[in-house]
Amino acid sequence: ATVYLPLKVLSPPVFSHLSIFLHMHILEDLNKQLFDNLVSFLRRSHSEFQEKTTEWTCRMKSKEIPTAALVLGVNVTDHDLTFRSLSEVLQNNITPYIAFLEAKDCPGVKKLMQKLMGQLMNCYVDVDSSEDEDYVQVSHNRIRCSMTSLINWYESVTKKTDSETPSKKRTSSSRHWQSPPVVVVFKDMESFSTKVLQDFIVISSQHIHELPLVLIFGIATSPMIIHSLLPHSVSSLLCIELFQSLSCKDHLSTIIDKLLLRASFPFKLGEKVLQVLINIFLYHDFSVQNFVKGFQLCIVEHFCSQPVSVLCCQLVDAKKRADSLSHDQCENIRKLPSFRRYVESQVSEKQIALLTEDTYLKETTQKLLEDLHVYHENYLSVLRCLHVFTSFLPKYPLGKQIRELHCACLENQVWETEEYESSLQLARMLNKSDLVTMLQQCVEIFVSSSGKEFDNTVEKLKEFLTQFQKLEEAFQEQDVSVSSQKELQKKTDLYHLQKTLLELKESRRYKKLTKFEMLRFDVVDYIDSLVRNYLVPANHKTLHEIAYFNTASVLREHLNAAPRIALHTALNNPYRYLKNQELKSDEGSISNKAPDICIVYKLHLECGRLINLVDWLEAFSTVVMAAEGPNADAASSDQVDDIIHARFIRAVSELELLGFIKPSKQKTDHVARLTWGGC
Amino acid sequence: MPNLEHPAYPAATLLHLESLVPCRESQVSMLLSIFGERQQFSFPSIFIYGHTSSGKTYVMQTLLNTLQLPHVFVNCVEYFTSRLLLEEILMQLQSCCSETEQTSHVHCDTFNDFVRLFKQAVVSEELEDQTLYIVLDRAEQLREMEANILPAFLRLQELTDRNVTVVLLSEIVWELFRPNTGCFEPFTLYFPDYSIGHLQKILSQNHPPEYSVDFYAAYINILLGVFYMVCRDLKELQHLAALNFSKYCEPVVRGEANERDTRKLWKNIEPHLKKAMHTVYLREISSLWMFRVGFGLSAHTHVELPYYSKFLLIAAYLASYNPVRTDKRFFLKHHGKIRKTNFMKKHEKTSNHLLGPKPFPLDRLLAILYSIVDNRVAPTANIFSQITSLVTLQLLSMVGHNDQLDGPRYKCTVSLDFIRAVAR
Repeated sequence: ATVYLPLKVLSPPVFSHLSIFLHMHILEDLNKQLFDNLVSFLRRSHSEFQEKTTEWTCRMKSKEIPTAALVLGVNVTDHDLTFRSLSEVLQNNITPYIAFLEAKDCPGVKKLMQKLMGQLMNCYVDVDSSEDEDYVQVSHNRIRCSMTSLINWYESVTKKTDSETPSKKRTSSSRHWQSPPVVVVFKDMESFSTKVLQDFIVISSQHIHELPLVLIFGIATSPMIIHSLLPHSVSSLLCIELFQSLSCKDHLSTIIDKLLLRASFPFKLGEKVLQVLINIFLYHDFSVQNFVKGFQLCIVEHFCSQPVSVLCCQLVDAKKRADSLSHDQCENIRKLPSFRRYVESQVSEKQIALLTEDTYLKETTQKLLEDLHVYHENYLSVLRCLHVFTSFLPKYPLGKQIRELHCACLENQVWETEEYESSLQLARMLNKSDLVTMLQQCVEIFVSSSGKEFDNTVEKLKEFLTQFQKLEEAFQEQDVSVSSQKELQKKTDLYHLQKTLLELKESRRYKKLTKFEMLRFDVVDYIDSLVRNYLVPANHKTLHEIAYFNTASVLREHLNAAPRIALHTALNNPYRYLKNQELKSDEGSISNKAPDICIVYKLHLECGRLINLVDWLEAFSTVVMAAEGPNADAASSDQVDDIIHARFIRAVSELELLGFIKPSKQKTDHVARLTWGGC
Repeated sequence: MPNLEHPAYPAATLLHLESLVPCRESQVSMLLSIFGERQQFSFPSIFIYGHTSSGKTYVMQTLLNTLQLPHVFVNCVEYFTSRLLLEEILMQLQSCCSETEQTSHVHCDTFNDFVRLFKQAVVSEELEDQTLYIVLDRAEQLREMEANILPAFLRLQELTDRNVTVVLLSEIVWELFRPNTGCFEPFTLYFPDYSIGHLQKILSQNHPPEYSVDFYAAYINILLGVFYMVCRDLKELQHLAALNFSKYCEPVVRGEANERDTRKLWKNIEPHLKKAMHTVYLREISSLWMFRVGFGLSAHTHVELPYYSKFLLIAAYLASYNPVRTDKRFFLKHHGKIRKTNFMKKHEKTSNHLLGPKPFPLDRLLAILYSIVDNRVAPTANIFSQITSLVTLQLLSMVGHNDQLDGPRYKCTVSLDFIRAVAR
């Protein structure tokens, strides 16, 4: 594939957005709350160590290790990123002494201690690498992997910072305390063996006074795992505080909000593509990182496969670039389906001009690009506004999340769907306070939006609000007048009073409700008109191919790997991959031109759970010999050729290697079949 | 209770020692009589056992420290290999009596080296005229080490020909230690559990300075009345005492009751303690922040899983707890008639939930998955990787570690409640 953009064009607007903006800011912002809590927890735990209070309550829990249970959710693939930024935060705020332990590195306490000491002592070297040659040498020697040597190391390190020159001391103590805690992070708590954890906790609790240790447990499932891993005698040595990270669904919403629902970001995802990405997220892995990677793949794919993606950049640049398009590029634009539709809708002279004159085409393209840009800005504001409404409705006919609404709007004209109809129905039944808050939110959205066309809209919405206000005042006034009326009529007889009151009540209810109802209808109709105006699906727009990536099939092919199906196709239909004309055969029959393994595979598909090797060989030789004609058939009817026998054995062992069959002990000369249909 | 008496030590020290080890006087006096005077040879090895928190470690430590007997104290969990253990003993020995801080690192790989180095160390530290005590805490760990370590420690006196006594502390009985090949039998001493009276005495001793002894003793009395039935662990009781004491004091602090108003105080603390009963041993609330954070760990049992992971887990649960022969009945649309046979009844009597999960092959899991999911599921790599991630999350476990290609078998390790929550 050819990249249709020069690299210098690719780099600043698009990729900087992605790699830096995405990875750094969003993820850190999301975890900021969590990290802040953790940091303050570490500060507190540390202060208890420092003061060495002899207070009564403190003496009672002298051997408890402060522990943070960090519940991170089941999306294990994202954890690395979280831990990386966590380590950064801790290094900057709390302590340089952090060790990350993984279960696969720690089969025993010894290995765990080795790993721990290795990381801690290296990190010491990293912190100030200038004057520690002697220490590096020590760490090259065989260190005794025991807590005592760790304590000695800690003492020497903290003492060193004490006795350092004032200038040095200032730099180090500005960030950390005199004796910073040692943080040990267990990345995957679930996978650690109980023995290792127990022993480590028992050992470190013995030395908690000499070594201010803090443990962080990275938990993917639920905090109850601590109780199932550790017996009471061990868990009583811990002083656990729970921290919960943001749920991955919220995480996704934020990313979609910051990335897809921004007009400033030129690249857009089409409905199908977005659906594929969201489905993978919700159905399979909950991994935000994979979502981002899928998104990056879309970008690369878009710029590699779509010639007109040249124009996918900020509006100013796009206009400039449109001006300097080559003839070929102009032809590419002319080929776009949406552009053709546009041409057909024009008068004939213009059609000719568009199709023949490059300069005219460029002018039109600039205009259309601007239109597209304006469309995006308006679209997003109105989408958010509609979301305000739909998120208030019971049962959420159009979805609770804005991403669902976005997908619905991208897919087709949303106002023609049943869900939209039912949500309008529901919206017509909203109560006043809800309606007013919604309108206020919409006003805020429109005021803060960058679109220029919304002045009138804001006016109109504000007008609605004042009308509601008036309605309320009128209501109260009427209330007062009614009560005065009541006072007057108190003197008449009971029957009349009752009658008049009933009439009054009825008329009042009827009249007022209609007034409010009318207003409510007006509001809903107005929102409806906004939707019809601005939420036109993107693929109805001319030149939408420039910004939207729509080939979901490519994405699906890349992200939904199906090894079983691929293997099956390769063996069942070798032509698919080998492209050898001889192999092109109709389904069902077994060609003897196919590779041996394919023949063997096809034959084995017809068998049951146990396959008789002799029968199989028989069938194989029949297929192979089929082409050799009747005379060869006669020669080998009773005995199988050695070469064919060898070929068969090789093919069968290849199948075994691929995991389709395995030798069986149940019957001699039989193999067991391992795969059935989809499993 | 007899007062401690021993001709070798001054009476004042003994009196002090007695105040430090409440309710363990008889054991201490027994130990003292075994130890004899400083220069006298003692029994070569002593084995002390007793239940969790019956004061073994504490009594040994206080005894040796108050009487200033030369000793080495090591925890066998901490020094998990024999090399580390032996080296640690030698290191402590070096710094035991000598004033010089400098302790050079010693290399000691075998017990033979240890005996040699030990002899040297004892001579150089001038400890010949006193009995040296080596205390090995959590001695059950010794069984995990090389076979010669435990028997050699038991007869260290004989091997080194020095005045040394090895004390082993453990929670399990000596019979479980005895090696097949036989060994020197140590003198065994049992530390019985504390009775309720003992617990009362010990807990009351540790009263906070700002309140009177009687007030705190009354509190402990109430506490034991509630918790003694479910928990006799001194440590846990201490934890509970510290945890709930501030609540108990509240009326006094507010001035609503005085310290003698036990009835009022009891009324105040009773519901609180009842609530705490449910979480004994769980340490749901860490002691440091118990009054700041309102929730415990068990409140967060819900696990959010991706759509197909949920179905995979449910399928795994079904495969683990349903017998294979019912699969056809449950998961096939056109199953045959349900035959009522005797052998079925016999099995149905014992609940499968009591028997625990059974292993199942991968293809059975997938077959059940396909039948319980409404729409078609493509067997993509994503599905397979979800199975693996469920294994890493310990929701499934792999049975047997043979080759992956050979049809891996799994077990579902989650409970019915968990599955109910997932299926909702």
